[in-house]
Amino acid sequence: MTLDSPRREALVMAVFAVVILTMPLWMAPFGASYPDLLQKFAIYGIFAIGFNILFGLTGYLSFGHAAFLGVGSYAAMWSFKALSANVLPAVLGGVLISGLFAALIGYVCLRRSGIYFSILTLALAQMSYNMAYSVLTPITNGETGLKLTQTDARVFDQLAGVVPEAGLPSTSLFGLEMTGYPGFYFCAVALIGAFFVALRIFNSPFGLKLRAIKSNQTRLLYTGFNPKPHLWVAFILSGMYAGLAGALLVVTDPLAGAERMQWTASGEVVLMTILGGAGTLVGPLLGAGLIKYFENIFSSFNAQTLHDAFSFLPDFLENTLVFLISPFVGHGWHLTLGVLFMLVVIFLPGGLMEGIRRLTRLVKARRDRNSDPEGAAVVPPSSVEG
Amino acid sequence: MGDILLHVKDVHKSFGGLKALTNINLAIEQGTTHAIIGPNGAGKSTLLNTVIGRLVPDSGSVMFGGRSLTGLKPFEINQVGVVRVFQTPEIFPDLTLLQNVMIPALAKKEGSFRFNAFASLFKDTDVRDQALAMLEDLGLAEQKDREAAHLSRGDKRRLEMAMGLVQRPRLLLLDEPTAGMARHDTNRTIDLLQEVKKTGLTKVIIEHDMHVVFSLADRITVLAQGTIICEGTPDEVRGNPKVQEAYLGGAHL
Repeated sequence: MTLDSPRREALVMAVFAVVILTMPLWMAPFGASYPDLLQKFAIYGIFAIGFNILFGLTGYLSFGHAAFLGVGSYAAMWSFKALSANVLPAVLGGVLISGLFAALIGYVCLRRSGIYFSILTLALAQMSYNMAYSVLTPITNGETGLKLTQTDARVFDQLAGVVPEAGLPSTSLFGLEMTGYPGFYFCAVALIGAFFVALRIFNSPFGLKLRAIKSNQTRLLYTGFNPKPHLWVAFILSGMYAGLAGALLVVTDPLAGAERMQWTASGEVVLMTILGGAGTLVGPLLGAGLIKYFENIFSSFNAQTLHDAFSFLPDFLENTLVFLISPFVGHGWHLTLGVLFMLVVIFLPGGLMEGIRRLTRLVKARRDRNSDPEGAAVVPPSSVEG
Repeated sequence: MGDILLHVKDVHKSFGGLKALTNINLAIEQGTTHAIIGPNGAGKSTLLNTVIGRLVPDSGSVMFGGRSLTGLKPFEINQVGVVRVFQTPEIFPDLTLLQNVMIPALAKKEGSFRFNAFASLFKDTDVRDQALAMLEDLGLAEQKDREAAHLSRGDKRRLEMAMGLVQRPRLLLLDEPTAGMARHDTNRTIDLLQEVKKTGLTKVIIEHDMHVVFSLADRITVLAQGTIICEGTPDEVRGNPKVQEAYLGGAHL
């Protein structure tokens, strides 16, 4: 490593910020440059980064993280309804409340490890989901979900003398409405902040201890560390990330329903993390982007799109190709994603990040061989992603 | 007589009907190397496990520097200064050698829990330097950025030794430190342990290899069927007919 770490961190952050903030530009060729989808990229990116702090570093696989996403959404909605249409208290509240909720759930689930831990998180999350649908209806508004209304109290706004406009109220950052591109940039800034915190955790003694838990927990116990509180804090942190993501979901689209707490949503973040590369900093973000891209863009391709794409071919070839490919696009996007996921898990157990790592190593080896005809190219084992 | 560092008093331990340890009394003096030997199944590992907190004795107590270890958790026992080196190397396989040694150094510095998610590991230069120096001492410095999983078995043992020594323990428990090693590596380990001995570190060694035991030990305790049949200096033990009969059979010497 030629750069010393603080400088390397600053460099990574600078590159990351530029890449995220220019997303509207470089996403355009992929047909993904519209604010609703960009917001989703950023929000689910945060969710996956946080999930990775628990799963990627400690190896504890939670199957219930959507519960924290949902709690973050509900908390933020209540902040909008009861306190203010300003997004800052909503985001703060969402993070704090889901952090508290994660502290409770984590305390219970971390009594066990391995598959038992996963089952416990799954069970508690499903319980939360069902409760949100039934007995907690006064808080969650059950099946309909929480919505903003003209008659909400919004104590702070009233105190500040804000006169509600006609029509449905909207969320704002000191007057700037959080829809469209402003909404995306707000989420993007949150993502950059979330990424920075994750980067610091990865490079901290705490992060090293979390990795040690994944590597050999028994050994850590005999090394003088108590793994339990470390795991608990990691669990709470990742719950707070999920809460942030949940709050941002209602910041950009003020409607909170229980379905986002369902186990399929928990499974999705697991897929994102594994697809991108668990334990790497950027991997979960890639995974989240890819899955959201498939869900929103790939799923809109239909037979007509394919006919257009292959129209340069002779008719019978065009028809055959369309016939072969069409099950994989449109409604069949899950099929493509499934195949992709299988390929990644089988051939690149480290996720897409491992693919990228292998490619760079290959390129580097080839370059070294070219510059050094003796062929003494020794590829140093790459250090941990950071 | 120096001070007694580790005092095992009247320890009994049984598993179901099997009496693994009966009436064990041991006093380990500060600064000495104490070997525990005995045939397979004599209870050596059980005894070690009661000291490090993996097993809780049925009765009796384990005192360390005037403090009871009975009922303490393994990490608490480590924090008072008792470090164990395992029989099969226990390391962090996915981490680099440097990270492997930094973790115990951090444990020594931080205690059993500290939330330092925003501190930079790279700025923790004292921990880093300690770990590097220890790797240097054990001849592993060149491999510091390798993943520990790729080490040879002998190197893994040395890595584990580095992980133990970097904590500057008050008592080092070694469970068959040369098991499965070639003669060459065994001799290197003996040299290393003799080096460590000069620092005045108290050690308890469980060992099968008599060459190792007699090269290192100041005192030897012989266990057979869960009881102590003899304790004394190497010469005394060597000459004891009970030991000859129970274990050594003469041929090993």
